[in-house]
Amino acid sequence: MNAKSPSSLSGAQVDREHAHHLLHQMLRIRRFEEKSAELYTLMKIRGFLHLCIGEEAVAVGVCEALEPEDGVVATYREHGNALARGISASAIMAEMYGKQEGCSRGRGGSMHIFDDKTRFYGGNAIVGCGLPLAVGLALADKMQGRKRVTCCFFGDGAIAEGEFHESMNLAALWHLPVFFVCENNLYAMGTALERAQSVTDLVRKAASYNIASSAVDGMDVLTVEAAAKEAVNIVRREQEPYFLECRTYRFRAHSMFDPELYRSKAEVEKWKKRGPIVTLVKRLKKQGLLSDVELEQLEQQVAREIEEAVAFAENGTWEPVEDLTRFVYSERG
Amino acid sequence: MSKNEMIQITYREAVREAIREALRRDERVFLLGEDVGRYGGCFAVSKGLLEEFGPERIIDTPLSESGFTGAGIGAALGGMRPIVEIMTVNFSLLAADQIINNAATFLHMSGGCFNVPLVIRMSTGGGKQLAAQHSHSLEGWYAHIPGIKVLTPATLEDARGMLWSALEDPDPVLIFEHQSLLNMEGQLLANAGAVDIDRAQIRRPGSDLSVITYGASLFKALEAAEILAGEGIEVEVIDLRALRPLDDATFLTSIASTHRALIVDEGWRSGGISAEICARIMEGAFYELDAPVERICGAEVPMPYAKHLEEAAMPQVEAIVTTAKRMVRSNG
Repeated sequence: MNAKSPSSLSGAQVDREHAHHLLHQMLRIRRFEEKSAELYTLMKIRGFLHLCIGEEAVAVGVCEALEPEDGVVATYREHGNALARGISASAIMAEMYGKQEGCSRGRGGSMHIFDDKTRFYGGNAIVGCGLPLAVGLALADKMQGRKRVTCCFFGDGAIAEGEFHESMNLAALWHLPVFFVCENNLYAMGTALERAQSVTDLVRKAASYNIASSAVDGMDVLTVEAAAKEAVNIVRREQEPYFLECRTYRFRAHSMFDPELYRSKAEVEKWKKRGPIVTLVKRLKKQGLLSDVELEQLEQQVAREIEEAVAFAENGTWEPVEDLTRFVYSERG
Repeated sequence: MSKNEMIQITYREAVREAIREALRRDERVFLLGEDVGRYGGCFAVSKGLLEEFGPERIIDTPLSESGFTGAGIGAALGGMRPIVEIMTVNFSLLAADQIINNAATFLHMSGGCFNVPLVIRMSTGGGKQLAAQHSHSLEGWYAHIPGIKVLTPATLEDARGMLWSALEDPDPVLIFEHQSLLNMEGQLLANAGAVDIDRAQIRRPGSDLSVITYGASLFKALEAAEILAGEGIEVEVIDLRALRPLDDATFLTSIASTHRALIVDEGWRSGGISAEICARIMEGAFYELDAPVERICGAEVPMPYAKHLEEAAMPQVEAIVTTAKRMVRSNG
């Protein structure tokens, strides 16, 4: 793959059932987050809420490439990664409600989704702080002779952090099976990449650490999936890190407190035309792989799941205040 | 080897023996840090371990405190039992993000999903003329943070025995080894092993005044107590051993019999662990006191290089003696 012109599979034929699965996953994320935004305005969800609407293809395409035993480290914009990884919408919604049935018992909220069953290590809200963790998880796998991959999501903003550079160096130096996935949505909060980086070609940065690296069109789920599978194969087989830059775009504001002064509406509209869901739907319809009825069925299935998730969160319970100081230290016995 | 056989050993060797024992006992244990391997550790603590255990368990790292400390956290999450060595407490500030935002928070933030069984060792304290970027005492500052444990081994027994207990702990433990203690030599039981890591110890009993201290200041307090005994003043010297959890029961009980308390802390006075101890005495033993609690702390300056200035910036025996006399002779 060539960094200068991200590869794309937009013309390729795909398996009907698999394409429906990918579309379903992206729709789950999209509708889940739209519902989250609505619930935020109703004050059911509080704190910071960062939506990944527009970036669904990255979460879905990458998680398709992972095995159940692999690990995932994500950022504070992680609902999509968590859903695609297999954490239930109910557990995530309950978490955002702050209920003890949430995946982090309501102690983390939107930014700190955790799940041991899927080896989902957050939900990390200090930009860049997840990368060293991924290095360590991979080190543990290597030391214990396991062929697992640790997938580490981070945004373009993290590239400016020292922890990115330290982690790239360590992963390459120690030959660790880390799959670094940069969700490059062009803005670190409100700071455009070219205003933050002297070198904006992120693949070159990874390559400078002697890490195999490539960039893909992060708006195309099939492209992301193919690139991720190839990358994960390399990581697992070679026991070496890989850096994949997914060029994507956040359609919504950075958080719920963002008037978006730093970018134009025209720019957002231009990217929306390339949205991962509309383009996949259009392509599948054109190829005769998706009917209106099937799309409607998928939407209904997703709507039911989200309805159930909201009901689960609504019916969830508050952890007793007496339990406030639990989980500061491990409970023994 | 008889049960009571003693060996002559330095603090440095005691720590090394502790690391060696841990590496032998548990294959999940490994040592990670700057120059811990070929160089033998910047304070020579890990000298010889690379030859004995190999580069896969004695891992030299680049100068990436945040990166390798975070890697230690990740490895702990992945089922290993890493010992991360950071050269000095000042350098640990480069890893503060990983220690405070990750290691200390993960268990709670994940609602109990993920604990971090990690040990971080680092040197602390002054007395070696290493000036303002290698000599500070920030262990009290780390003790502010819930989610981690803070140990300050002062004796050979603790240097030898705290590491294994820390490794058995399911949560992150920071061990602060005082630079000026590394060459301290003495007798230690040949079969010395793990010790508890949550209780203070009375190192010298006395009835007139409780001196509460930890780390290298312990030995200054004991020296002062010896001098004071010659003048008829019996000082009880308490070695805190751990700053978090802080065993306040031990010093509150002591104060209930001595009715006077003096805190000796190499850390800065303002907002330091001495202030916390003082506050706990006010909360838990106010009516026991016959005199105000006093503190002898590090002077509020970045540590100077020149020997006479460095000495003036740290608690010294003479100040402990003078203060203790004044406190005991005041009529409460």
